[in-house]
Order: sequence, then C-alpha cells, then structure tokens
Amino acid sequence: MGRYVVRRLLQMVPVFIGATLLIFLMVNVMGDPIAGLCGERECDPATAARLRQEFGLDKPVWQQYLTYMGNLFTGDFGTAFNGQPVTELMGSAFPVTVRLTLVAILFEIVIGVTLGVVTGLHRGRPVDTGVLLLTLVVISVPTFVTGLLLQLLLGVEWGWIKPSVSSEARFDELIVPGLVLASVSLAYVTRLTRTSIAENRRSDYVRTAVAKGLPRHRVITRHLLRNSLIPVVTFIGTDIGALMGGAIVTERIFNIHGVGYQLYQGILRQNTQTVVGFVTVLVLVFLIANLLVDLLYAVLDPRIRYV
Amino acid sequence: MRGRTHATWAAGAVAAALVATACGGGGGSSGDTAAVLSSSWGDPQNPLEPANTNEVQGGKVLDMIFRGLKRYNPDTGEAEDMLAESIKTSDSQNFTVTVKDGWTFSNGEPVTARSFVDAWNYGASLRNNQRNAYFFGYIEGYDKVHPESGGKQTADTLSGLRVTGERTFTVRLAQKFSTFPDTLGYPAYAPLPRAFFDDHDAWLSKPVGNGPYAVESYIKGSQMSLRAWDAYPGDDKAQNGGVDLKVYTDNNTAYTDLLAGNLDLADDIPAAQLRNVRQDLGDRYLNTPAGIIQTLAFPYYDAAWDKPGMDKVRKGLSRAINREQITRTIFQKTRTPATDWTSPVLGVDGGFKEGLCGEWCRYDAAAAKKLIQEGGGLPGGQVRITFNADTGSHKQWVDAVCNSINNALGNDRACVSSPVGTFADFRNQISERKLVGPFRAGWQMDYPLIQNFLQPLYYTNASSNDGKWSNQQFDDLVDRANAESDTATAVRTFQQAEEVVRDNMAAIPLWYQNGSAGYSQRLSDVKLNPFSVPVYDQIKVS
Repeated sequence: MGRYVVRRLLQMVPVFIGATLLIFLMVNVMGDPIAGLCGERECDPATAARLRQEFGLDKPVWQQYLTYMGNLFTGDFGTAFNGQPVTELMGSAFPVTVRLTLVAILFEIVIGVTLGVVTGLHRGRPVDTGVLLLTLVVISVPTFVTGLLLQLLLGVEWGWIKPSVSSEARFDELIVPGLVLASVSLAYVTRLTRTSIAENRRSDYVRTAVAKGLPRHRVITRHLLRNSLIPVVTFIGTDIGALMGGAIVTERIFNIHGVGYQLYQGILRQNTQTVVGFVTVLVLVFLIANLLVDLLYAVLDPRIRYV
Repeated sequence: MRGRTHATWAAGAVAAALVATACGGGGGSSGDTAAVLSSSWGDPQNPLEPANTNEVQGGKVLDMIFRGLKRYNPDTGEAEDMLAESIKTSDSQNFTVTVKDGWTFSNGEPVTARSFVDAWNYGASLRNNQRNAYFFGYIEGYDKVHPESGGKQTADTLSGLRVTGERTFTVRLAQKFSTFPDTLGYPAYAPLPRAFFDDHDAWLSKPVGNGPYAVESYIKGSQMSLRAWDAYPGDDKAQNGGVDLKVYTDNNTAYTDLLAGNLDLADDIPAAQLRNVRQDLGDRYLNTPAGIIQTLAFPYYDAAWDKPGMDKVRKGLSRAINREQITRTIFQKTRTPATDWTSPVLGVDGGFKEGLCGEWCRYDAAAAKKLIQEGGGLPGGQVRITFNADTGSHKQWVDAVCNSINNALGNDRACVSSPVGTFADFRNQISERKLVGPFRAGWQMDYPLIQNFLQPLYYTNASSNDGKWSNQQFDDLVDRANAESDTATAVRTFQQAEEVVRDNMAAIPLWYQNGSAGYSQRLSDVKLNPFSVPVYDQIKVS
C-alpha cells in the first residue's frame, strides 16, 4: 500500500511538469500582454520595457519557465498585473470555489446516488422512466441556460434568493449555484448508479444475502450499493477537478469571485502568472483526487489490493 | 416504498435550503444623507494610483476620492477651478498656480503646492512605471525623468516644476500649450498626501485622497466601500452616506441584480437588454451622450493604403456604411451617427461641429461604388475589419458594417470581419503593425477638449495614432492651435485641422457613444457625466 502510494506520487512529478510547461507555452503564444495594459494606446517604449522587466517578460520563454518553477518551490507564484501577488488571489478565490465544489459534490452524492438507487431498484417502473427523462433533459440543456433560468425565476420573479452571491460567498448563498454546477454531473451519477445497481441486483452475493434473511436496507446499503459504487466513485473523483476548473460559467452567472473568475480575468489580460499559477494548483487537485479515488477502490472492494 | 421516502427527503432538503437562502435581504433604510447605495463596478486593471489608472473603473474611484486643480462640470464638461485659486500665464508656456487655502486630505494633512508637485514628479518618473506618465510629457524636463526609448533616467524631478510658496508653484512647459490648464481636471494630476510616499503598500490597500468620499474598506477584486467624508471642505459635498462599489464579472448579472432590488445602480446596461430596458426601468434608465467616438482606422504603414487616390476608397467605404440603420437596429439608439471626428459633449463652443464630415458620412450606395472604383478599387479586392471580440458588442457592429458595405457594393466578399481573441492581442497586432485593413479605433476622451480628439489620434507619431497617419498640414495647424492664447481662435484652428482629417478621410467616423445606466427606486438625481461615469456625490437616497 505504502509503496503504491509512493509510486503514484512519483508519477505525478512528470505529469505536473508537463502540464505546467504546456500551459506556460500556450499563454505565451498569445503574444505580448503588456500591449493591453495601457488601454486604447500604446505604452511608451520606456514604460513598456520596465513593465516587461518587472514581470520577467524580457527573457526567453525557457528561462522564464525555469525561473517560474524555481520560484514555485519557494511558494512564490509571481504577481498579477494589478500588483497583487498571485498567492493572495488564490487565497481569496480557492476557498470560495472549494465551498462551491463541496456543495455541488454533496448534491451529486445525495441526490444523484439516491435517485440512482431508487431507479435501479425499480427498473422499468414509472419512477425509473420519469427520472431517466429528467436526467436526459438536464444533460441536454447547457449549464448557462439552467443557471440563467433559475437566477431569473428564483432571484427576480419569485425573490427567493439573491441573484448574485456576495463577496463572502457563504454556504447558504451557494446552494442554487452549486445545484446548477452539479446538474449535469448529477444526471450522470444517477444514470451510472442506476445501471450498476440494476446489474448487481441479480448477482449471486445479493441473492445469498437475501437468502440469509438480512433486512432489505442492509442488503441494499452494505452489499448491493457498496459494490455498485466503484464506477460512481471514479466519476465523482475526477469530477472534483472538473468542477473546480469548469465553474467559469456558473461563477460568471452568479457573480462568484472564485477560481473560474480569476482564470477568466487572467486569460483576458494574458496574465501568465495568474493563469499558470491557478492551473498548477488545479492540476495538483486533479492528481490527488485521482489518487484518492484509486485508494478508495480498496475500501469498497477488498479484493482490490495495492502492493 | 422505502426508495420513495429517500427521494422525497432529498427533494424536501432542496426546497428547505432554497427557502433558507431567501432571508438575509438588504434591509431598506430611510435616512437621507446617511443612506448608502450600492453600485456596479469592474476590477481595475492596474494598481489604483492617479497616474496609473487609465480605464473607467479605476477612474470612477479616483473621481470620488480626489479633487484636482480643475474639475469638469458634470453637466457641461467645462473645466472649472476646484482647488486652483488661480492659474496665470502670459505666454501660454509658463504658468503660475495658486492652490486654495483650507483644503486637507481625509487624514487631516493639508493640501499644499508640494502635494501637487510631488505627485506629478512621481507620476512622470520612469522608475515608478506609471501607465499615464505621458500626461506630464508637456512639462519641461520630462525627457530627463522619462527618457522615451532606452535612455538612462538622468533626473528624479521635472525641471519645469518649482514650488515657490506654501500654496504656489510654477509650471514651465516644453512648448506653448494654451489649453494646458483645462487638462488639469484629469485624475492623473491629482495631489497626493505624504502617506502615499511613506508607506506605498498601505496606501494602495486603502487609498487616501481629498475628495468628497473616503475609502472605508477595500477588498481587492470584490468590493470597495466608500463613505461620505464629513469634513470635506468643497461645495460638492456628498448628498448620500456613501457608496458600495461591487465588482461584477458580467454586466448581465449586475442588471439582474438591479431588477431584483439587490443593487441600486448599474452603469453599464448590457447590449442584449437594451430592447427591454425601457419597459423594465421606465424613466430610471439613463441614456446620455458621452465623450466617446467609434471610428475605423487604417494602416498607413501598408503601402496599399497609403498610395495616391486611396482617400477616394476610404471615402467610398465611409459612404457605404449605413450608420442610421446600424445605430437604430443594433444599438437601439444608444449610439448617434457621427458627422464629425469629435463628440457632441464638447458643445459648439468647445469645437463640436455637426455635419463637418458632410456628404462623406452620408450613406449612398451608388456614390460609394463609384468612389471606390475611381480610387482604384479595394486593395486585394477585399477589406478585413479587425477588432477584439472579448469585450463590448464589437462583433455585432463590425458584421453589420461589413453587411452594409457588401450590400452597397453588390459584392458578398468585399468586406469580412476579422476577430482577435483578446484586447491585449489586438493591441499587440496594432503595435507590431500587423494589420492589413481597417480596424476598430474607439476613443474615449481624457478631457473635454477638441485637442484631445485630434492630437493624440492624428498628429504624426502621437501616442494613439495607431494607423501611423502623417500629414504636415495637419501637424502645423495643431501646433498653431496649441500656441493660440485665445480659446475661440484655438478651437477654430483645431477645426481647420479636423477638415484636413476629413479631406483625407484619415479615419472613418462611425458613431458617438452614449453612456447608459439604470437605477433602483431608492435613488433620485442620478446622472452621468460626459465621461459616462455616474455623478455619485449628487445622488440622493430615500
């Protein structure tokens, strides 16, 4: 187990370096960001040169990358164009997005798995057909449509919520945005769980458990659900990274100042430091989430062993 | 059965949660001068310092927390004395400035001549990387503190600035510039307190100025709370208790918040909402002229656009654009077809001359076709209009302009739009002279002077002359106008220079842009100044 974890952690190093290098190059290809800093006019050459020097843009790209990676190990993510250290931006953005992601994941687990179990156990019944139809609708409607619609209905027409989230972004304000963010994944979780449950329901160990006279809820939660959750856990695990990085649309609609907002700003202003810094952290989140998912398999299915 | 109870429980939880978020709405307050209003804001692009702020969002804050020597009248745009007791000159080159007595910064420090001179020296010095440093370029000694290209900075202070007393200082310009005092209302010329120099980081995180508002708290990227400063000595004291500026990433969300009563003032109505805004807000929707003009510039560094006879092609293109129709259908009349190269906010005395463009700005498909043929046709048979697609609704109008040109010329491929992903990349391509055809060249005035609409854009090698247009006759007229001590004569000379721009069709004027805003029922006396920024200090909250 320990050896497996160490091996996985070591594998992360090349992935991490490759991913950051790619992002670094991609942002650099977009051209000189200083050009956009002086508004509708060219910066005078002297100021432009000094700004370039300040942000380290006057050196060749490979050197910029090496300096950047060097600084990274000392915890220095550089400075954004408005003079704020990127770590400060992260400090304000990540907690917000983590909260939003938590709400979304919670919705996925609670609603998604529950609906999946219900439909899986009642395959072909009206409940099943209804939920399937519903998930089909959710999957086919783009997130921004769901988001804007809920915002308009709940926020403006009925006045149940505020249409935008305040700068503190408390949990209660994030419920509707979290639901919007989770919606598509939630539908997938439902469908995945349903299929898995329906499949395993007819397996030998479930029949044995029922024959032993175990109570129904115990058969379902301990035997049926536990074995059926493996694909679902894989999906939710990889979804954590996707939700954090992909919250741009939801964050924009509800004016949430999280990771998506900072990434969007960073890309618009071609701010290499911001974009690479945030993506670096997101890459780490992805990698760790994947590792945790793999380790979770062993818990769910004791036959899976890591040596 | 059991499954169903699970499902209802989950649904119940969602419903309960939705209801729970309903509480916590803003409680309405009835106090008049103590009441605080909330307003939409955008994250300033650069650090918030007077000489470093060159966009509207940062300028909005500077306008609230600073007062300079002059201030532009929110209604007429005219430069009026604010902190200046007098600005005297006998030769349009040497100015003696006297600062009014009794003004202080909100931290109690008095505003003196030194507050201005130190601030201007700071803004001009290359060492401080100030984006607006070129504003001090008229002052003598600028080339020493801010060598333009590659040179070494040989001085820390401008030799043209001298403190001569507690409240007086002199300014010597590098050349005659009669309307120089009128430029001093621009925020870059604001005075700065000692605190700015002593602890710069602390000042940046909570700016201190001398305006009607003081910063109470500032959370970068999300909100700035400004409160009326009780001891403000000026006669434009705030009529409300303060303003909370909230950062919105999307002006659609700000508009939705306004409709839901969650926001008091949104000063940028999204183009998509223009259709409904009158129905939604009634007379709480403002649509007033601002000092912004949209034009199409040309790459004169490209031989194809600079050869003799091309002015006919440019005039032909101008006549092929149906400005009336585009401003009506796409902009819902928030733009006005342009008939000169300035802006109506200047007023007739300030140099705005309706119809100066004459027939060249009137739509006439047949004349357009003829002109372009006479000029030798479009270079390469096609024009590509380049613009940045990330902000504004540029794509919509560029497509419309192209449609109009294509229809007029009876050729589907005469004009195509060529979007560039980001503003930075767009500026990049302009500065690297990569553009091959006309490109978007919007201009928002820095100060309401006809000079500001002509010199930066069309003078040889001027800071915003992106197309590198150069014309000796124009340059001479501008020089003469700047040296003129009589304002009316200066304005007339500038108009002559503008006629040179017209005769060459140096850039195609498209339309004047209005500022738009919407506000909640709590507010009254809301208006926009000529820079399309709300006049916050006059807003009353009930």
